[in-house]
Amino acid sequence: MTTKLPPLVLHLLAALGCLVLLVLLTLVTDPFTNLRIATVGYYLIAVAGLALLTGFNGQVSLGHGAFMFIGAYTVALLVKRVPAFPIWADLLLAVLAGGLAGLLAGAAAARLHGPYLAGATLALAVGLPAVTQRFPDLFAGSNGLSFTVNSQPAGLVGVVPPTRWQSWIVWLSVLLALVVLANLARGRLGRTLRAVRDDEVAASLAGVHVGRTKILAFLVSSACGGLAGGLQAFLLGTAAPGSFTPALSLSLLAALVLGGLGSLWGALWGAIALVYFQVWTDDFAELLSLRSDIADNLPLALYGVVLIVTVLAFPAGIQGGVRKLWVRVRRPAPSQRGES
Amino acid sequence: MRSRRSVTAIALACALVLAACGGAGETPAAGGGDKGEPAPGVTDTSVLIGSHQPLTGPAAPGYSKISVGAKAVYSYLNDNGGINGRKIDYKVEDDGYNPTKTVEVVKKLVLQDKVFAIVGGLGTPTHSKVVEYLNSEGVPDLLVSSGALMWDNAAKNPKTFGYQLDYTREGKIQGQYIKEKFAGKKVGLLVQGDDVGTDTQKGLDQFIKDQIVSRQTYDPANTDVTPQLSALQAAGAEVVVCECIPAFTALTILTSLKIGYKAQLVVSSIGADPATLAGLVEQFAKQGGAQVSGAALLTGIIGTRYLPSARSLDDPWTAFFKQIHDKYIPDEAFTDTLVYGMVQAYTFGQALKAAGKDLTRQKLVDAMSSGELKGPGLTPFAFSKDSHAGYTGALVFQIAADGNVTTLQEAKTTDRETGPVSDYKAAQLKPEDVKLVG
Repeated sequence: MTTKLPPLVLHLLAALGCLVLLVLLTLVTDPFTNLRIATVGYYLIAVAGLALLTGFNGQVSLGHGAFMFIGAYTVALLVKRVPAFPIWADLLLAVLAGGLAGLLAGAAAARLHGPYLAGATLALAVGLPAVTQRFPDLFAGSNGLSFTVNSQPAGLVGVVPPTRWQSWIVWLSVLLALVVLANLARGRLGRTLRAVRDDEVAASLAGVHVGRTKILAFLVSSACGGLAGGLQAFLLGTAAPGSFTPALSLSLLAALVLGGLGSLWGALWGAIALVYFQVWTDDFAELLSLRSDIADNLPLALYGVVLIVTVLAFPAGIQGGVRKLWVRVRRPAPSQRGES
Repeated sequence: MRSRRSVTAIALACALVLAACGGAGETPAAGGGDKGEPAPGVTDTSVLIGSHQPLTGPAAPGYSKISVGAKAVYSYLNDNGGINGRKIDYKVEDDGYNPTKTVEVVKKLVLQDKVFAIVGGLGTPTHSKVVEYLNSEGVPDLLVSSGALMWDNAAKNPKTFGYQLDYTREGKIQGQYIKEKFAGKKVGLLVQGDDVGTDTQKGLDQFIKDQIVSRQTYDPANTDVTPQLSALQAAGAEVVVCECIPAFTALTILTSLKIGYKAQLVVSSIGADPATLAGLVEQFAKQGGAQVSGAALLTGIIGTRYLPSARSLDDPWTAFFKQIHDKYIPDEAFTDTLVYGMVQAYTFGQALKAAGKDLTRQKLVDAMSSGELKGPGLTPFAFSKDSHAGYTGALVFQIAADGNVTTLQEAKTTDRETGPVSDYKAAQLKPEDVKLVG
């Protein structure tokens, strides 16, 4: 490349290209596949947020589902109680709510290490949904909230199927958030995050404020979680405690490890695996026509097997494998090596 | 400062696009309603129906067998020529009792598989998230596997029909029984923290409001009920009414044992299947490293029931379903839960037959609300033009030491408001009276 564009412009152009591709993809697929594509979108941003926290900053969070919970309930309550707000304002507030919660959680977490941090965040995932039981009038208890989101401009109703329109909104939001994340990861914050991950003492000697960096990582990461939850609520029209179990938080982390910890690309593979692996194994289990108690649990078991095998074969996840392959393909032309 | 300018431009562009749409909570101008297409999922030789069931997750222990029972009945109907010449193709999707998954799988069934109807979608927190969608798409949503009152709203949800006895009616029958047989005793409640709890209380309060000393809720995502049972114990409740799904009835029994709490347990029909409970109690105890006898722990528990018991083989319906069971799913335990799914499938078969050869979605809905569906249940359905509620009453039984059930009070029926609880005397129909095939 002869003239070097600034990263922000590059990232924006890449995001625009992805958006065009995704719109094309939704145009050639049926309405239900559109819904699945959108599902990949919101999982992607949740896992990407976690990638920043865990992959770049080395803080393990077993409670990211809690931030999705906050985002989902923010959108749900806004849609129900403040119907005049447009959906983008609801989503923005979901990001803010998630970020705020992350700021508080981060302030506590910055003092914790390793298993203690994991335990504290897990407590968040276990405890927070119980709030719905405490205030059943506001949060509707175990039943949760159910609503219909009106987001389609009047001119497009009936022209674009609802799920297609929703997938566009989801991916527009996700790509914008990814641009922000990619810039942060490449810029100064990304460097300080990695410095703190690798050696806190060295980082602080170099003038990095360790605590502040850790809190900032939590804030950005949980804002992404909030957005993911908000998008989920927007997409499915529901927010219920049964959707935000500790299992969700654990599966986000598992998806990140499967995809590859150190990069935002890993989040993409992880999100795709999270959605499509279930689909494939379900179809597979159906094909085998097994006894119901085996077939019902087969998808989860297979997911576990694939996770273990992937991590054994490629310790850096799917992205690590992809990179290895890429390097092997590119090796014959060492002169072209350089920053991509 | 090229980058800053481009950010502003993009932000402006986005704002313009997004400003074009109205408030997220406002109702758009164009309404849904019946789509004027020929019935999806129907061919001359088959009809495709779907359901969402908890095959995994917190409600799976017990409830995962409902669709197994239903499938056996559909196989039986299909092997005998189907209904009106059509074989029933029954597609079950696992939602893990997770409302998010429910929305996903139901949209899959409607958009991708193009089912003719949803039959027996299970759960209050789950199914409540798809009722509006199904009604706006015009998909018949029949025999919902939950007793919440919200399915019975013919004006708002014309395509949705209940199945089981609703929680308010059941609460009234439980309340009337407790008031009569446990007069003056302190009563504690343990309910699921959703409509199960509120709807049941509406019924119980009509009879035993002054007897209730404590009301505890549980969330199905949290399997520790020690705090709730300790609170009931501390309040001195001598009778505990448990409106719980099977897994939580089992947890209640085990936790009571652990904390040394002995109260008379009154369990509602959703979690009172003796065979399923015995299995769960033993399984959970084993996972916790203890050996218990399910039969011993269950002895004396009082429950309500509106379907024939899997134990009473002299009931013609039980005998009929046992035959189907022995032929198609001999490896599964023949439990009340299995019978629940079998009755549900048989009832759908009746509605499908009544809808006629020239099948449309509207005809199926009309058949449901015709009021002519009479079947295996111990009490009649409330189905009519104005009511979409399912079974209208229940009997009260007690589990004996040998696992059999003894009837304490014969079937009574009531309404969902403040009407009286009265004896139901009409003779039960036999399988020969409502033959579907052969």
